[in-house]
Amino acid sequence: MNIENIKSQFPIFSKKINGKPLVYLDSSNSSQKPMCVINRLNDFYKNEFSNIGRSIHSLAINATNKFEETRISVKNFINANSREEIIFTKNGTEAINLVATTFGQQNIEKGDEIIITELEHHSNYVPWHFLRETRGAIIKFAPINEDGDIIIDKLKELFTSKTKIVAITHLSNVTGTIVPIKEIVEIAHKKNVPVLVDGCQSVPHIKVDVTDLDCDFYAFSAHKVYGPTGVGILYAKKKWLERLPPYIGGGAMISEVKKDKIIYAPLPEKYEAGTMPTAEVITFNESLKFMQSIGKDNLMKHEKEITNYALEKLRKINSIKIIGNPKNKAGVIAFTIKGIHPHDIATILDEDGVAIRAGHHCCQILHQKLNLTATARVSIGVYNTKDDIDILCKAIENCRKIFELK
Amino acid sequence: MDLKQLYQDIILEHGKSPRNLGKCEGYSHEAKGYNPLCGDKVHVYLKLNTEKKVENLTFEGDGCAISLASASIMTELVKGRSINDTKEIMSAFLNMIKNTSEMNSNHLDDDQKTKIMSLSGVKQFPMRVKCATLSWHTLNSAMDEKKEEVNTEVMD
Repeated sequence: MNIENIKSQFPIFSKKINGKPLVYLDSSNSSQKPMCVINRLNDFYKNEFSNIGRSIHSLAINATNKFEETRISVKNFINANSREEIIFTKNGTEAINLVATTFGQQNIEKGDEIIITELEHHSNYVPWHFLRETRGAIIKFAPINEDGDIIIDKLKELFTSKTKIVAITHLSNVTGTIVPIKEIVEIAHKKNVPVLVDGCQSVPHIKVDVTDLDCDFYAFSAHKVYGPTGVGILYAKKKWLERLPPYIGGGAMISEVKKDKIIYAPLPEKYEAGTMPTAEVITFNESLKFMQSIGKDNLMKHEKEITNYALEKLRKINSIKIIGNPKNKAGVIAFTIKGIHPHDIATILDEDGVAIRAGHHCCQILHQKLNLTATARVSIGVYNTKDDIDILCKAIENCRKIFELK
Repeated sequence: MDLKQLYQDIILEHGKSPRNLGKCEGYSHEAKGYNPLCGDKVHVYLKLNTEKKVENLTFEGDGCAISLASASIMTELVKGRSINDTKEIMSAFLNMIKNTSEMNSNHLDDDQKTKIMSLSGVKQFPMRVKCATLSWHTLNSAMDEKKEEVNTEVMD
């Protein structure tokens, strides 16, 4: 597959935004969808729709098989050991909540400690905060340095005999920091502490091998991986899924129900109560095929090239400040311009068809640490080109002109 | 949509050099406002005299050009007025931003109307309406002596 022409597979890029071609630089928020994904969703509803797992008619059997095919594809995509370790949820956030709730119920007592970091998205802080409120847990934040890298020595110092779990992002959605998960998992496991990884930003952009990382839990969402909304994925080591209590109760997650006793379904159904986003899970298989057809090496090489080009060009613009300079950076570039608030930047760029995000990006802890209320953020996807970056930089020059910056 | 409608010279100038910035001495009322979507905050300090007129009005805050200009223009237009007149101007302002793009108020002269109508372009940018209205809602909260912080996600 020729990565240079990949934009043509995304029909949204034939649309005009405010009369201009769309330059989409908000893939960290959510990615656009290739035609194969859109077609699959349409096709499933048109020709194949049925709920899964309940009925024995042909449509149900087909849907169930297709649903399970996606599970196998996900397992292979992140190199999990078995299909039982892949749980579908409604989004990445729910996958983290599933772990925080069930792990908390079973393992967190008053005074127990949870380690997270200053890089975390609110979705990897708030679920643990619930345990602070309901079970008296203590949350400790591993600090970052000025570059946006986690200070590993400081992280090590946070461990005590009370530490019960580490929850950490694989890739920051503000600084683009790629976190050395394998190293952190080794540190935690030496202290017998399990690790949950928030992989929402990493799975679409870097290689993820959960067996190699040896993490206990890995959460991500489909919509950032060029897939449909409404689907999250939790990978968890089988021993945890067997040991932890179920999360949501209802149909499909039970194997036998009596008036005085309920036996839960085996994995993975134990964690998939009620009707699932059937069409979306089945469609997600096309996103994974799309990713495989490009190949992670090609994709990483392409995104690195665009990111480096963007960094180089942005740094040449007067009064721009790039947030963080991590050792290992992915295609996420947050910045500020002295004299223009990020929201004004985003509005002006939008008029030129350039979609970026402005705000705290659900990372208020990080922004407080950096003494900022808001930043503008450019994030790169597989479809972005050097032309996109040139248009971005021209639009930023337009901002500077409107605000009469020198 | 036209950016020049949104970023008029008056707005850019007030955004760059907001009037009445800071905490005024001897304020009798205050309120905080917060926009959780962007993290912008405003803190309004109001000094009412014995006749319940606005003797002084200042604000502290961090925000975009629209929110700073709106707060700055508000402080200029409201000083010296009664609470009732202030509330009337505020509802005319909110009506302009959300509905009519016109400023229908008998309390303002032509120059004052021109100044505040520089914000009318915001109506075309729905995502930015709350930037323009936050400081006004916060002033209202200060006048009504409400204790709770104004939150753009729960206001009208």
